Amino acid sequence: MSTEMNSIPALKSIPKWYKTILAKEGRAFAGLQNLRSVALDDFNRLGFPHKKLEKWRNTDPKTALSFDYSMATDDLRMPEILNEVFECEVHELDSFIINLYKGRFVYKDNPIYTLENGVIVGSLSAAFEVYPDLVNKHFGKYAITEKNAFQALNTALFLDGLFVYVPKNVAFSKPLQLINAVGTTEDVFVQNRNLIILEPGSELTLIQCDDSYNYKRSLTNSVTEIVLGANASLDHYRLQNINNNSTLISSLAIEQECDSRLSSNSIILNGGLIRNETYTKLNGTGAHADVLGVYLADKNQHIDNQVFIDHAMPNCTSNEQFKGILDDYARAVFNGHILVRKDAQKTEAFQNNANIILTDKAMINSKPFLEIYADDVKCSHGATVGQLDDSALFYIRQRGISEDNARMLLMYAFAAEVTSEIRIDSLRDRIEDMVKKRLRGELSICDQCVLQCSSPEKYNFEIDMSKI
Amino acid sequence: MLLQIKNLHVSINGREILKGVNLEVNKGEVHAIMGPNGTGKSTLAAVIAGKEGYEITQGEILYNGKDIQEMAAEVRAQEGIFLGFQYPVEIPGVSMTNFMRTAINEIRKYHGEEPMSAKEFLARMAEKKDLVEITSKLTNRSVNEGFSGGEKKKNEIFQMAMLEPQLAILDETDSGLDIDALRIVANGVNKLKTNENATVVITHYQRLLDYIVPDFVHVLFEGKVVLSGGKELALELEEKGYDWIKNNTER
Repeated sequence: MSTEMNSIPALKSIPKWYKTILAKEGRAFAGLQNLRSVALDDFNRLGFPHKKLEKWRNTDPKTALSFDYSMATDDLRMPEILNEVFECEVHELDSFIINLYKGRFVYKDNPIYTLENGVIVGSLSAAFEVYPDLVNKHFGKYAITEKNAFQALNTALFLDGLFVYVPKNVAFSKPLQLINAVGTTEDVFVQNRNLIILEPGSELTLIQCDDSYNYKRSLTNSVTEIVLGANASLDHYRLQNINNNSTLISSLAIEQECDSRLSSNSIILNGGLIRNETYTKLNGTGAHADVLGVYLADKNQHIDNQVFIDHAMPNCTSNEQFKGILDDYARAVFNGHILVRKDAQKTEAFQNNANIILTDKAMINSKPFLEIYADDVKCSHGATVGQLDDSALFYIRQRGISEDNARMLLMYAFAAEVTSEIRIDSLRDRIEDMVKKRLRGELSICDQCVLQCSSPEKYNFEIDMSKI
Repeated sequence: MLLQIKNLHVSINGREILKGVNLEVNKGEVHAIMGPNGTGKSTLAAVIAGKEGYEITQGEILYNGKDIQEMAAEVRAQEGIFLGFQYPVEIPGVSMTNFMRTAINEIRKYHGEEPMSAKEFLARMAEKKDLVEITSKLTNRSVNEGFSGGEKKKNEIFQMAMLEPQLAILDETDSGLDIDALRIVANGVNKLKTNENATVVITHYQRLLDYIVPDFVHVLFEGKVVLSGGKELALELEEKGYDWIKNNTER
């Protein structure tokens, strides 16, 4: 380990945190403790990522790691402020709300409960005790600890997170909305871990909101493992709106069996440093994955999207579309890797990353990457970086719309290609409102939650452009 | 006088495209500007509408007696100048409804008026859609996205109908249109004609003028209006071809 690495304060704290967690868990968690021990060894071998690693070449976690974070290892009491979070909802979105505070499941009576049709929702930590067979069958099978330092650290140190189980052929009726809030008084290092199991033929909508409701610094390292059984369907959203002092590393490790359908849409509105890693393995014929994202960044924000789609079996399809608008000194990274293995014939995989850069100081590093070992496939990839289209600007202005508004309209339209794919109407309206507010510079960190329910924008039509 | 262009010289990247154009348009008139390709017809339209990238080296453009050279494109539009584009731009993600509502309200704001109510706006949409024989399907879609050539041109006339400009300049609106679409476009223009507005139709072919009868026809050639006359000039031009102009000019 280099001297630079030794200067990371968290490295000194990790052994201490690890001991505390082991002491808390006791004997019931013997299986997990074995995984933790392997993961910690992996982490110690890998160390924190740095710029010399190919996958971190354009994202430097050094600054984010330079603070002396604390980790909330004591028992969780629900902070008063979360009462407000509980009330937060998207207008007209009838969702089932789950609250995580510092990555941990917040509950009033039961840490885990069974809902309609045998759907189980609750604390992952509780699930280890109540449903050990179910959890152990999948936990740690999809996240990679031997190569990925943050995932290894998460396995070694996570305290809790969300557990969801949807039984065979059950479609969970409401969108499950996960609101993860961090930061109250001190700088925190959050290790959140979620496990989502969709049995064959089941369906789920999961909205994962990451939010900070003050300007306290935090570092969140979240890992979500998801397994989609045969013909299961998951509609997944990440809504990210954290303060400029905060760092969020959000990993999705997904395994898809045959004919399963994944749609994952990341809406990144604000954050100091956000890195989303999305890994999905298409591990059965006929599986499909849509991985979409839109990111809006300004000031010194840094947004990194890493997508790895592993076409392991024949006749699978994937579609990747990421769009970004960068202002000021903002920087974005896109790394899209599609692997088509030898047996994955008849694969169709498409990938695109488009960016609008508003200043000459903003920067995007885009790396679309195809790695193909099968010979009968259709794949394409592309990346574009541009300014706003002058002829479109003139066209809009010629109709009497001012230059500022014309620019706003074009940026909004650019992002809308991704946001329009949101399948829940009320959520799409809300997100499109937030994109507009963000583009106008009005969207600051809400003191309640990412969805800004306290100030819904009024509109008469689908959107009210006159306010743009 | 609505529009008065005096000795207009325009260059792009140092190359002179318009070399002393004179044109006068009064309210209630329909003018046709004809001429072979590459003689500056579209440049003239773009310069009147305020597109950037053109340098006016000499001359004046007066609109309602005011010099508009320094006016931003949107202000000219707010003052009542409309340009029907030869190649309308696609704007994915912005519905026609929102686009028109924003445009109308910005124009109203410029004139110190309150925004149009939703009810009034929808009523106007319905009325103008009928007028240009445009289906609801098109107005519900994003601006020009995936429209056929004919649909795009019809959509230009629909926007003109919605915005009710004082001066409409239609740049090669007939290009790429089949006879049915041509008739619909021309009908729209004819129905929108009043004593208070004027239309300048830019066209390469005489065909459109079978449907839109101009009061005046001007022939633009090598950056100048070389010939002006009544509607019969278009027919003569059709009969004799542009070579006739060319030979006349050279002599």
